[in-house]
Amino acid sequence: MSDKFRVSRRQLLKSTAAGVTMLASGGIEPLSALAAGTLTVGFIYVGSKDDYGYNQSHAEAAATFKKMPGVKVVEEENVPETNAVVETMESMINIDSASLIFPTSFGYFDPFMLATAKKYPKVEFRHCGGLWTKADPANTGSYFGYIGMGQYLNGIVAGHMTKSKKLGFIAAKPIPQVLLNINSFLLGARSVDPSITVKTIFTGDWNLPVKEAEAANALADQGIDALTMHVDSPKVIIQTAAGRGLYVCGYHVDQAALAPTKYLTGANWNWAKPYHDFIEEKLGKKPLGQFVRGGIPEGFVKMSPLGAMVTPPARKQFDATLADIMKGGFAIIRGPMKDNKGNIVVPAGKIYPETAIELEKMNYLLDGVIGSTS
Amino acid sequence: MSNASPDTLTNATAVLVARRPDALASLARHAEAFVIPGAALLAGLGVFSAFLVVLGKSPSAFFLAVYLGGFGSAFSLDNSLTHASPLLLTALCVALPARLGLVIIGGEGALVLGGLAAASIALPLHGMPYFVVLPAMAAAGALVGGFWIGIVGALRTFRGVNETISSLLMAYIGIALMNQLVEGPLRDPASLNKPSTYPIGDAYRLGNIPGMQVHWGLAVGILACIACWALMERTTWGFAARVAGGNVRAAQVQGLPVGKLILAFTFIAGACAGLAGMIEVAAVQGDANASLASGYGYTGILVAFLARQNPLAIIPVAFLLGAIDASGSLLQRHLGLPDATVQVLQGILFITILFSDTLYGHIKWLNPDLWVRARP
Repeated sequence: MSDKFRVSRRQLLKSTAAGVTMLASGGIEPLSALAAGTLTVGFIYVGSKDDYGYNQSHAEAAATFKKMPGVKVVEEENVPETNAVVETMESMINIDSASLIFPTSFGYFDPFMLATAKKYPKVEFRHCGGLWTKADPANTGSYFGYIGMGQYLNGIVAGHMTKSKKLGFIAAKPIPQVLLNINSFLLGARSVDPSITVKTIFTGDWNLPVKEAEAANALADQGIDALTMHVDSPKVIIQTAAGRGLYVCGYHVDQAALAPTKYLTGANWNWAKPYHDFIEEKLGKKPLGQFVRGGIPEGFVKMSPLGAMVTPPARKQFDATLADIMKGGFAIIRGPMKDNKGNIVVPAGKIYPETAIELEKMNYLLDGVIGSTS
Repeated sequence: MSNASPDTLTNATAVLVARRPDALASLARHAEAFVIPGAALLAGLGVFSAFLVVLGKSPSAFFLAVYLGGFGSAFSLDNSLTHASPLLLTALCVALPARLGLVIIGGEGALVLGGLAAASIALPLHGMPYFVVLPAMAAAGALVGGFWIGIVGALRTFRGVNETISSLLMAYIGIALMNQLVEGPLRDPASLNKPSTYPIGDAYRLGNIPGMQVHWGLAVGILACIACWALMERTTWGFAARVAGGNVRAAQVQGLPVGKLILAFTFIAGACAGLAGMIEVAAVQGDANASLASGYGYTGILVAFLARQNPLAIIPVAFLLGAIDASGSLLQRHLGLPDATVQVLQGILFITILFSDTLYGHIKWLNPDLWVRARP
């Protein structure tokens, strides 16, 4: 305790001195001067940086640039999708001299990032979510990852490990990205055994820990013995499901530490890849990419290491499929395919690789998924 | 007390009272309303500083960052005012019923439904001039918000349902209803991965106040606070409401229409929150979507309690909390404090202010009624 006080007293004196200097020299300008000559990069997250999920996947990538020479990273977490994010961006620009900003949540794009970009034409903005079109301001762009193949690989491992042939999927909202993940997980599992089903529960929002725990328990009660998810922070689901003895496949970041004996593998973002490219382009004064996307082959998505409990046949198929995916152009959505109401949703002869524009309007659950989008 | 004769008084205060009794007594009474919350605020900041020291952070750096982020420049002042503007209206949603003795904490539900109603009515009116559409949106937002909290008042009046619980539960229902409609019948099919209503259109957006980076919602909020203050303090309706809030039985014995008062004031309260939702749609979001539920309704509770349910006091308190919110950015980026720090500060302030409520009337030099008892 006394140590703590000694340190804090010293800090207090130091920061008071700094504060007085700052005030004496006229408000906040000195803060900007500190950043002169370096590239200040701003990262903005909608949730907390240690959520074991979407926001952590970005924060982990941002952390890799903190020691990069000539780069200063500024971050802000829990910024809602309101004009709060405009203020955060302006504050990063005006106070920290940020000249490259990554607003990482989907809802930051329109109207918030677009309006701020028009106001600050010299600052580059790159948004995570893939909404950018040529009509948007020249200093904006978007990047996103194709993670469906990751859920396909999750499905392969879960398909091998399940005994009940019943898998589960806990999802936030029935939007195209989420539906593609559910369908990919099913197809992965069905590549092992076509009798496998995936029971899906939609919680209705991105971060509802109580509902997510209830959903995990409900799936366990129905005899499901392996599950995965698409919510912002999968921590509660993984802990609840593992506690009930289910195998889990992760999402967003490597969550093996949460359930070492039950965590099979996981589909994880590797945002460090696009961030590295953007920052190098900015440092080299080259034009920045404006519509940047990639999946496993491009290094935007990676898999968590397979858990020790994963059986040799599962490992074999996982490795072989991963090698195929790495070649590029791998497609799992191949017509004819029926949704779970019996309608043909992918006509015969149509093959959609993960880059296919058709997949971005997905509004169906394939035959074999138990659940409804409405 | 003014008829106390000076020779019987012993202490210095009492002598002063005797010399200029009414002026001093009135000064003391007015001072109480500032001294106690001010002292509570300082005490709260003291407790929070101790918390920072335990964390190994410097309180002076913290307060400097709050100053820079909240007040230090025109840019930070604009930031604080932007943060404050929705809080003015959501605080009124708590403060008005509170004067009737009702604790309503579900303003968030009225806000999101008000916003949804405003966005929905803008669509069929497309093509009409903005001076028709914007008032229509405001009216729709206020009506739906007022109706929503009015239900809480009606449940209280006719069925005796606790308004605190019902308003909170109604907020959850309101948010779920908004999500259902935005993801279902009212959804713009182009909003693939973030379900939203159709955009209201740039022609009907609420702009900024000239010379500031703050939208017109701030002016609406301040006017609403002044209007509600006048309603409460300068009309017989407001007087009747305060009587009913002081003692329901006494009000009923006097023949005051307590049930109607509850319905009217819960409606006005909800209308304020609904209007906040309309402003959020017209000035900030441009459509209605799940981001409407971003906690303004709940922060409004804090503002109203800190302002001791006085509509005029809401204005400075909302600005103070807006500034603390606005400085949250700098706290994260420059001090490495987690986002929750600001919530801890708000929580500590809330508790010290609530605790200070017990001090009213008990501090001798602020309460002239106690001076008389000093006589031997």
